[in-house]
Amino acid sequence: MDKTQAIQQRLRELFESQNLGVLATHRSGQPYASLVAFYATEDLKHLFFVTPKATRKFENLKTDARVAILVNSSTNQAVDFHRAVSVTIVGEATEVVGSERQPILERYLKKHPHLEDFVRSPSCALVRVSAKSYFMVQNFQNVMELHLNR
Amino acid sequence: MNWIISAEDIRHEDRQRVGGKGYALTLLAKNGFQIPETVCISSDAYQEYVDRTGLRERIQLELHRKDLKEMRWEEIWDCATRIRNMFLRKQIPGNIAKRLKAVIQSRFKDKSVAVRSSAPEEDTAKASFAGLHESYINISGIDAILEHIRKVWASLWTDAALLYRQEIGLSVEKSTMAVVIQAIVPGDRSGVVFTQNPNDAYQGVIESVYGLNQGLVDGTVEPDRWILDRKTQRIITHTPATRRYWMVPIEQGVQLNPLPESMSQRPPLNAQETREVFGQALRAEDFFGTPQDVEWTYKDQSLVVLQSRPITTLSTGKTEDNRGWYLSLHRSFDNLKSLRKKIEQELIPGMIAAAEELAATDLSLLSDRSLAEEIKRRWEINHHWVNVYWDDFIPFAHGVRLFGQIYNDAIQPEDPYEFVDLLTQTEMASLERNRMLEDLANEIRKNHRLAEQLQKGLYAEADPDFQTRVETFIRQFGDLSCAVTGGSQCVQDSEPLIKILLEMANHPPAPGGRQKSANVEILKEKFLACFAGDQRTQAVEYLDLGRTSYQLRDDDNIYLGRIEAQLLAAIREARQRIENAQSKGPDASTANELEAVLADLDHSAETLNPYRMKAGATFDIKPRQLIGQPGGPGIANGRARLIRQHADLADFKHGEVLVCDAVDPNMTFVVPLASAVVERRGGMLIHGAIIAREYGLPCVTGIPEATALIETGDKITVDGYLGIVTIGTGEI
Repeated sequence: MDKTQAIQQRLRELFESQNLGVLATHRSGQPYASLVAFYATEDLKHLFFVTPKATRKFENLKTDARVAILVNSSTNQAVDFHRAVSVTIVGEATEVVGSERQPILERYLKKHPHLEDFVRSPSCALVRVSAKSYFMVQNFQNVMELHLNR
Repeated sequence: MNWIISAEDIRHEDRQRVGGKGYALTLLAKNGFQIPETVCISSDAYQEYVDRTGLRERIQLELHRKDLKEMRWEEIWDCATRIRNMFLRKQIPGNIAKRLKAVIQSRFKDKSVAVRSSAPEEDTAKASFAGLHESYINISGIDAILEHIRKVWASLWTDAALLYRQEIGLSVEKSTMAVVIQAIVPGDRSGVVFTQNPNDAYQGVIESVYGLNQGLVDGTVEPDRWILDRKTQRIITHTPATRRYWMVPIEQGVQLNPLPESMSQRPPLNAQETREVFGQALRAEDFFGTPQDVEWTYKDQSLVVLQSRPITTLSTGKTEDNRGWYLSLHRSFDNLKSLRKKIEQELIPGMIAAAEELAATDLSLLSDRSLAEEIKRRWEINHHWVNVYWDDFIPFAHGVRLFGQIYNDAIQPEDPYEFVDLLTQTEMASLERNRMLEDLANEIRKNHRLAEQLQKGLYAEADPDFQTRVETFIRQFGDLSCAVTGGSQCVQDSEPLIKILLEMANHPPAPGGRQKSANVEILKEKFLACFAGDQRTQAVEYLDLGRTSYQLRDDDNIYLGRIEAQLLAAIREARQRIENAQSKGPDASTANELEAVLADLDHSAETLNPYRMKAGATFDIKPRQLIGQPGGPGIANGRARLIRQHADLADFKHGEVLVCDAVDPNMTFVVPLASAVVERRGGMLIHGAIIAREYGLPCVTGIPEATALIETGDKITVDGYLGIVTIGTGEI
């Protein structure tokens, strides 16, 4: 495995091991952070999360679709500083509707089976984040950027 | 939990907590051997200390900056030095210290003690850590004992120990350390005994010296040596030493003294005593179940066993590990002194002669076949000197490190590299050259006509006096397009030099080398004030050795560079011929032999960006922050100037960041133009870091892929405090 593959593999492993990420949106320039349960596709092009439509975050997304999501493997211990990996995903969010909604939800629920009732509620939206870039931090300060070629 | 356990109270289940050495002493005591009064400080005390002081994660952060495998030995030494300094500067917290003090004071009162390492991993790993961690002999006073406990703890992280643990695959996160405190037995004769000769399973070996064992263990005092028959316990041979020195206890520590004449005439042991020593060791072997390496001493005719451990060097058919080499990185003072003699009188003249011999051959006159042979020959000669470099020059560099450790122990400075300032007092040739360059640039600054002529390329019309000065400079220092002074590939040409001078003249003069001569005197006084009497004399000698070692460290690279330049010249000649042959068409096969030899030597490889974009790849991967080692404090940003070849230096612009594989002394003339230095090769004592410190420039070293990932023109920020290089402007 060369270094470019290794770095992508590390991202996949992180996304598989972590259930939650911190979503950043904004309203009129005021940043706002929320916790979301996410699922990432194998090709690393998309992340998905589910949110009730009456939330601040969903409201914010309607006016500006640009988002950042932070996912990290820290465990709230001192060892995190040299051991944890942290990734910031930058991309654009859209609500998934129509026929593609169901197959994505199935995959989402495989990762988060306990959220079954929540995601199937008509008041919830399935949101797709199309990744533009990944910023990956390891060994405390080592930062790599991955930019998606479209 | 009980951290402090007397040797007699240690039970089998404490084995992991007290380490191999501590546990072996317990067994000896319980089996009727006479051992010094001993207590063990279990590894729990170490754990408590690193947790309470926050050192646990600080150590891990230090060790995980980079993959240990990607670090050069010098970087690992730097890590070890920084970690050791953390231990020196963090006192044992109040209640831990209180507990230790109470027991140590009640057990040892005013007696001097030995503070020894006892690594629990030795047992788990079934590997010997002998010599990798520190032990301190003849320490007295409770504060000094506590300080030496910290030093023993710190020695868990020496460069040799880190390298060895990495080699045998032990996790650094689990490493821990127990300490053995023993009353000093001021023996009059001491030694070691191997119950089995590593070279002959039917024999045993005794080595013995007058005085304390330290001189024998660190190799400064030559021992008498006996080979004995294991079965009959009879002496087979006795090889007497030239008995000149002995190690004796002084107020704090030990000292090497000349041996009184009367003692030098007779061996430290008589025949009956060798039998007693060997007999005791065989008894230890009996109940430990494996051949033993036993340290012992005679005090007033009474034999005391200091420690016993399994012999790990017995030939078991397993591949040898490199512990021996790691240990050779640390040399005693006397050993370094004799190494200095060898280097100054034998090796450096040898390198100069080798380079001259090679330079005398006119490569263009050789046939293709002879050139191929010549390349192989040069490769071997270069290889030989590279080995010498590893075997003798690198260990000699320990003179700098030895001084650094003594300085840091005495001063406990905030900056563990403060001592370097004391070593650079010897003027480096490169600084003198840079001053001459600055004078020439100043001339151009003042003289507009001259500046104009030079800009138009009319050097020949310039003021004859200026021309003479330029030529003097070139004669003395080369024309700056030569990678190596006197390298045969150099064409004498003043153009690159003029280019650099014009660039310098376009900007105000650089502040120049730091004014620190006064500072050096203050540091020196501060350092020497920590010692009195004989120790002060020795401190002066350590400083002198450190300075020589520092200077040679610089010079050896130059001499090795000259030999390598001759190899490269032959390779270049071969490449040229291959190209010429190819341009003549497919029939010109004369160059085959040359192609084969170049392929053999694999001399075409160049570092490539491992993240470079491939067609159809999903991602474009770019580094943003690269982690290296902090080489010189400060922060600066500018455009990168990547130096792949020496000739690239001529394009260097004011304010650029010098990015290169390794700054060699022949490159440093651009440093006054640079805003920062980034180097692939790592270490605090490499030339780039030293010269950057000299000019007060931020410097980061030890970024393995620096020359592959950074391009000329990239905007980069160099954080020399933290050892971080940031590429780009941070747009999202």
